[in-house]
Amino acid sequence: MRRRFRGSLAVTALLLTTASSFAGDTDPQAFTQIERGRYLTILSDCASCHTVPDSSQPFAGGRPIETPFGNIVAPNITPDPETGVGSWSDEQFDAAVRKGIGRNGSRLYPAMPYNAYTKMSRDDVLAIRAYLNTVPPVGNAVIANTLPFPFNIRTAMRVWDALYFKEGDYRPDPKQSVEWNRGAYLVDGPGHCGACHTPKTFLGGDKTDQYLQGSYLQGWSAPDITNNSRLGLGGWSKEDLVSYLKSGHNRVTAATGPMGEVVTLSTAHMTDPDLNAIATYLKSLPGKTEQASPLSANEPTMAAGAAIYRDQCSACHGLDGKGVAELFPSIADSSMARSDDPTTSIRIILRGARSVGTSAQPTAPGMPSYGRQLDDNEVAAVLTYMRNSWGGAAGAVAADQVSKVRLDTALRPD
Amino acid sequence: MKDNHSRFEICRRELLAGAAYFALGVSRSSATVIFDHLPWTPNAGDPPTAATPGPWLFFAGDEGKTVEALADRIIPPDPETPGGKESGSAVFIDRQLAGPYGRQDGLYVRPPFLKGAKNQGHQSEKGPAQEYREGLAALDKACKDQLGGKAFFELSDADKDRVLNGLESGDFKLDGVDGRAFFEQVVKDVQMGFFADPIYGGNRDMVAWKMIGYPGARYNYLDWVSRHNEKFPLPPVSMTGRAEWTTRTQR
Amino acid sequence: MARRLPKKDVVIVGFGWTGSIMANELTDEGLEVIAIERGPWRDAPTDFPPTYMQDELRYRIRHELFLRPDQLTFTFRNKMDQTALPIRSWGAFMPPNGVGGGGVHWNAEMWRFLPSDFVVKTHLTERYGASFLPEDMTIQDWGITYDELEPFYDRFEYLCGTSGTAGNLRGQIMEGGNPFEGPRSRPYPTPAQAQPFSHTLFGKAARELGYKPFPQPSGNLSQAYTNPLGLKMGPCTYCGFCEWFGCSNYSKASPQTTILPYLVRKPNFTARDNSEVIKINVDKSGKRATGVTFVDTSGEVWEQPADLVILSAYTMFNVQLLLHSQIGRPYDPVANTGTVGRNYTHQTVSTVNGFFDPKKFNFNPFIASGSIGMCIDEFNGDNFDHGSHGFVGGGYMGQVQTGARPIESALVPPDTPKWGAAWKTAVKENYLSTVKPGTGVHGSFYAYRDIYLDLDPTYKDRFGRPLMRITMDLKENEIKQNKFLTDKFAEIIKAMGADKLAVQYRTGPYDITTYQTTHLNGGAVMGSDPTTSVINRYLQSWDVPNLFVLGASAFPQNPGYNPTLTVGALAFWAAAAIRNKYLKSPGRLVDA
Repeated sequence: MRRRFRGSLAVTALLLTTASSFAGDTDPQAFTQIERGRYLTILSDCASCHTVPDSSQPFAGGRPIETPFGNIVAPNITPDPETGVGSWSDEQFDAAVRKGIGRNGSRLYPAMPYNAYTKMSRDDVLAIRAYLNTVPPVGNAVIANTLPFPFNIRTAMRVWDALYFKEGDYRPDPKQSVEWNRGAYLVDGPGHCGACHTPKTFLGGDKTDQYLQGSYLQGWSAPDITNNSRLGLGGWSKEDLVSYLKSGHNRVTAATGPMGEVVTLSTAHMTDPDLNAIATYLKSLPGKTEQASPLSANEPTMAAGAAIYRDQCSACHGLDGKGVAELFPSIADSSMARSDDPTTSIRIILRGARSVGTSAQPTAPGMPSYGRQLDDNEVAAVLTYMRNSWGGAAGAVAADQVSKVRLDTALRPD
Repeated sequence: MKDNHSRFEICRRELLAGAAYFALGVSRSSATVIFDHLPWTPNAGDPPTAATPGPWLFFAGDEGKTVEALADRIIPPDPETPGGKESGSAVFIDRQLAGPYGRQDGLYVRPPFLKGAKNQGHQSEKGPAQEYREGLAALDKACKDQLGGKAFFELSDADKDRVLNGLESGDFKLDGVDGRAFFEQVVKDVQMGFFADPIYGGNRDMVAWKMIGYPGARYNYLDWVSRHNEKFPLPPVSMTGRAEWTTRTQR
Repeated sequence: MARRLPKKDVVIVGFGWTGSIMANELTDEGLEVIAIERGPWRDAPTDFPPTYMQDELRYRIRHELFLRPDQLTFTFRNKMDQTALPIRSWGAFMPPNGVGGGGVHWNAEMWRFLPSDFVVKTHLTERYGASFLPEDMTIQDWGITYDELEPFYDRFEYLCGTSGTAGNLRGQIMEGGNPFEGPRSRPYPTPAQAQPFSHTLFGKAARELGYKPFPQPSGNLSQAYTNPLGLKMGPCTYCGFCEWFGCSNYSKASPQTTILPYLVRKPNFTARDNSEVIKINVDKSGKRATGVTFVDTSGEVWEQPADLVILSAYTMFNVQLLLHSQIGRPYDPVANTGTVGRNYTHQTVSTVNGFFDPKKFNFNPFIASGSIGMCIDEFNGDNFDHGSHGFVGGGYMGQVQTGARPIESALVPPDTPKWGAAWKTAVKENYLSTVKPGTGVHGSFYAYRDIYLDLDPTYKDRFGRPLMRITMDLKENEIKQNKFLTDKFAEIIKAMGADKLAVQYRTGPYDITTYQTTHLNGGAVMGSDPTTSVINRYLQSWDVPNLFVLGASAFPQNPGYNPTLTVGALAFWAAAAIRNKYLKSPGRLVDA
């Protein structure tokens, strides 16, 4: 019977006691280093890419990672000597994680977030290695590069690295608190939040001037996670943010899709001080400042949206848009619903969504699919209404945006 | 045999059937093993398929006309609310009889079929579709035999009502069919079509719901549960929505 | 040949309320548990979403969520000398199907039984003498007392977030609650639901007539709630689509909202859907269950071995599986021997519809929940002196109108034609001003020697096995009881200000085509004597000690309340016995 990987992380103790049988060159007494590596593996969310969902073979690779240029398949990072990283030297492992240089000297693709992991120290990376050496080796040969020409030419990555890759450990900002610095390290280093939340250039590099202001990937729009009060986390308290990362739910919203996976595999297992550090750091980012003014309730789209909202949405999200804390997201307080890029909101209305279930919040409530009930005009109208009600303001959503998401997501799994 | 409805008639039905629904419903009929997390599939659900526009699917010959005539006497039109024919009850019955209901899908239809007491339930091998076919034929034959060669739908309203009163009381007998039971079934079905969601072909434009003040397929009356003896202010909504959902309509 | 699956500690047959409760309790004990369910997995966002669930035709009239009789049905007759005929389409009751079972499509009434209900034989005999009971009545004590069950009532109420007003808090009678209820250790977890107009009128009229009305305890919640497992429920929005329907907004207590999201996360739990258990297997001694055999939808036959078998299907399927598995001795009403199939009961329900002046009354009757309503309990159980009435038993009554879905609720006063212009006008005038209590009078149904379940000699199921046969009628005691209660109820509806009443007594013969609740009970009853019960007070089979049979099939007779709260409390009670007693020393928990 195949169990999801969540179970495997929870039974660390068991893994540790049996480590010697898989240990390769790891000293079975290296408890501290392995423990640290286990936690860094969680912070780095390695499992998201390197474990196939629902697989009983953690870190055996094989999961295709969608990039704008094609799919890259995550490699096997178990200690298997032939198909995994078992026979790699520490130098080779460190170079891959922090410099994006493969074992044979070729360049990795930045789907592997080495541009973030470079902020970790060599000790961090070797601790991760020590932990990975304790997981069961799995023989699973993965052909990583399935990109089409010309992206399949790895040497092209030299150019990319020159443009977008800045190598180096995290350097604390002495003007900031220890907690802030820890948060910055977690967000920019192992947590690699920018991989999803910072907009990308056409070559896939970070638009650093729009740091963490929301992006698009894999059929989802990732929201602005700066302290911008209209679009970002400005309306959230630190506690709201910690609760969200820890349990996947808070009084405003719920995690689903890729973020649901991040919560399940990574943030739910982080320590409270680390979650607070992340919150402190993100809440310190001002984000962009431009304002929007709400559409008039008399606009035909708004009137139609109000009718649809009353009839179809209010049973859960409330006549006041407030939802039910930790169960049904508050549309009134949702900056996500007001994102410049409404892809995720459209997608959730069309296809429905299951929010993440965690031990702290096991309910995992679901949003039904409205894609057959509402046509593109109706989805656009109700979303426009939600974006511009209860004190919120954001641009109207057009029917063709809905059509586009409908088409784009038609063949995607969740 | 196809009926010969005019093109105009067909267009009317297309409108009446509303937006086409895609039959993409994910039905979970195969055995699955569930563990670790709640199952989830995007686009899940099995919304109803809207009654298809177009000609009769089940009724043949004059059957459709007869049922429309029955529907219009059971629910006569009045100045405020259309009758059973105009509101689509015959379309509703036609689509129901052409579908799983008419075929007795899912019911226990193994023999032997013995005659029992009424309180033991219906024991006929025939499904509703066959019973309608026989009942409508017997009704037309009885009308032609007893009322100057005219089929039921050709009678005056007064004569139609006389026939229906006779069926209800048992005085007007049908050959080989329990006329009273058949009439009871038709009354039930015509009224059912009148009050069911318009997606099934009857209750066009929610006329029945508007007539009685039923607000339809709503899900939230939290703001009204404690407002005693005050009329609920919103119009009805069907599974396909209401006029106010479209941006063209300004309130 | 069945394919054999790896052995589990526990196999659970039927994944509704009791199966879910037991699975959660036994996985807490560290046991490997598998639940096998005949129907599909179901959940609000995927299977009964608010986009299309409010569909009276599909769910009420065409029975969408229920078992298809083609898959399994029963035969029915009133009396032993009649030929039973198959129930070809459901009528009197609606057998559930699918994960969550009846917990998906119930109204969520959360009633406790009276303390005297559990010792009804002793109590009535002491008060009125043995000769007061009809000769063929076979009521018996449960073998458990209210006080023993109270902690488990409490657990189920808190699991569900039940909304209500306490009437008896640790012996103290509380204003506004049911003064007749047994003492409860805690108040309800959430306050009573808001009451619509007609429900409050009933409360007022009842109070003026000297009764003590109280809000019906409800599993549709008045406010958001987090249950002891950490699961969140939302507030009910009074949509009026509870019974026959699944709840779309997490506000009705069901296994889906109160247990399953927590249970599926446990590494020692697995569920299989669309798989029908066709037999409980026993070893050669006949005294030990070895597991179950089931068929999946592809037709593949599987054997699931297990150390402990929990039979937690609907009443009828529990009894039928025992008969088909030849566990226990089938009941023979002539010889008065055997127990499996004995003391089968239903519920004696009736109602009174009230037609009010449309110019003065607008009830907005569509605003409701499944267990909303104001009730009185003066005429339940033995809350009143039966001495002069010539019957035993009783029931609660109330304006418990659970919605006004128009196919069934567009009513006309009694003297109106059934069709035509006059009918149309009357429907239009009366819809908003009619009081239509669902089961306005909810009476007990006591057990009789010749009302029972056995296997039919003629009709077969899809596997060629005999269908189970229902022999069921309404006896004079229940008809008298219903007449008395219905008249009392009509007085209150009249006092509310109704111009016209439509009084619908429950009369014989028992009619399998008319819905009378899905509260079927008995057939595998609990008790302290193995000659008159199938299971002991811990719901453990007398014959096969590693088999427990949960659900209303355990009720020796049916009191005048909805059964689910007691069904759930008994499941918790049985689970506690397994955890605290059976696992320490597997074997009979009660000496025969």
